[in-house]
Amino acid sequence: MPTVLEARDVSKLFTKGSNRVVALRDCSLQVDEGTFVTVLGRSGCGKSTLLNLFAGLTRPTSGEIRSRGTALAGPADGVGYMTQSDTLMPWRKLHRNVEMPLELRGVDRAERTRRAAELIELVGLAGYESHYPRELSGGMRRRASLARMLIGDPDLLLLDEPFSALDAQLRTEMQAELLRLWQGTGRSVVFVTHDIEEALVLGDRVVVLGQHGAVRLDVPVALGRPRDLDEIRVDPAFVEMHRRLARSLRGETGDVVPAS
Amino acid sequence: MTSSLRVDHAPPIDAPVRIEGTVGWKERHGRSVLVLVLRVLTLVVAIVAWQLTAGHLIGILFVSKPTLVWNQLKAWAESGALWSNSWVTIKEILIGYAFGAGAGVALGFALSLTRVLASVLDPFVMGLYAIPKVALAPLFIVWFGIGLEMKVILAAVTVFFLVFLNTTAGIKQVDDNLIDAARLMGASTPQLILKVVLPGSMAGVLTGLRIAIPYALIGAVIGELVASNQGLGYLINDSASTLNTAGVYAALVALTVIAAVLNAVVNILGRWTDRWRPNDQAR
Repeated sequence: MPTVLEARDVSKLFTKGSNRVVALRDCSLQVDEGTFVTVLGRSGCGKSTLLNLFAGLTRPTSGEIRSRGTALAGPADGVGYMTQSDTLMPWRKLHRNVEMPLELRGVDRAERTRRAAELIELVGLAGYESHYPRELSGGMRRRASLARMLIGDPDLLLLDEPFSALDAQLRTEMQAELLRLWQGTGRSVVFVTHDIEEALVLGDRVVVLGQHGAVRLDVPVALGRPRDLDEIRVDPAFVEMHRRLARSLRGETGDVVPAS
Repeated sequence: MTSSLRVDHAPPIDAPVRIEGTVGWKERHGRSVLVLVLRVLTLVVAIVAWQLTAGHLIGILFVSKPTLVWNQLKAWAESGALWSNSWVTIKEILIGYAFGAGAGVALGFALSLTRVLASVLDPFVMGLYAIPKVALAPLFIVWFGIGLEMKVILAAVTVFFLVFLNTTAGIKQVDDNLIDAARLMGASTPQLILKVVLPGSMAGVLTGLRIAIPYALIGAVIGELVASNQGLGYLINDSASTLNTAGVYAALVALTVIAAVLNAVVNILGRWTDRWRPNDQAR
């Protein structure tokens, strides 16, 4: 499978006063086309930094990010990006938020409206088109963000703990929703999380990051698709993987990182 | 591609539930009606007390009397002096406000978008802002004479700083996450400004525009008090110099009416621009 996204010996330093703080050190990672990769790590391991580098929002201090074989120099094209924070424009009604990527691209109004209605229906928000974000619940705003992300038909999704602010039930619901929307689309996904269960439930492959983005573990998830999110949690393979990932997160050795 | 994925959705379980039209008139307006009635009552009591005590406790020369003020207003209204002088003041306010606000918003945006220049100019702007604008009046008289221009400039300068400072503050408040999100949607720099920075900073800009309105009146009237031959400020000065206290109060009443109308405009603007704001942020 061709590689859509690649980090090559990427380091990222931030300046803080007269010091430099290391966020990532010589991090390398490849994402194959059409796969769902979850990046698992504790807070402060540099996983969000890595995602921002993938998105082209920041530039690496050294090393390079390659998108479909070419070095990335700015915000990437054809990328859907969603973080924990709410980035719906609070002054725009739901449908105007969802159609914003098309508006920026210069798609005409009729087409925009049609596509937005389609996506809003798809994420289950039909009937709420004329609500402002503040009039929607947290879960609905996440759905709206999903719709906005998908309307531009991105072939790569970069997600940074998008559901971590939701309660457990709602999170499971949104995970299922994301899988439903992704299944069979051929899109590649990089999903950053600190939650082992989330990483396993969603991913084709889990990458565990240690300090400064050191890859501790990089394993395929041997669970079939489509997945029933309630059933999968009691699957013996899931339980075994869970144990392994937990050990890796704690920094215990015993797992050899496969050479890439 | 996406159409094959369509499923029937139940409504989101955490959707807010609205029950339309269940809040009655009394529950919605009862309190504000009561407040309004009490306000009118307060005004009436104050005027009656003024009328009854004037000339007994304090001399008429100092506090005049509501009936005398009313007569003066009527006389000025009949002679046309009230309208012509009010109109002069209103013109100064409007023109001064338009220039000051326009320049404030435009320069606020221009400077905020070039951060280095903004940092360089910041102390100078704050220094100029700190000058009491009335201290500039003599200079403006030398430059522009004692006609309309000088009052317009004084009002404009006062308005400018308030709008400018609130505009730059509003732009600083724009959420970086929104800007990143728009950049990843493929927004160009002009699109970022137009579709994120501009609406995102609107709260600050409008706060500036709102609070500056009364200051336009202050600037204009101060200009008139310093040197003029028409306007409500001139009426105050002229009446005071002939010991016509009723005239001073009458001109103040006219100014109060203008200020009240301006404030009403400000409040309506505020309600309209805050409509998407969460309740806990609304003014």
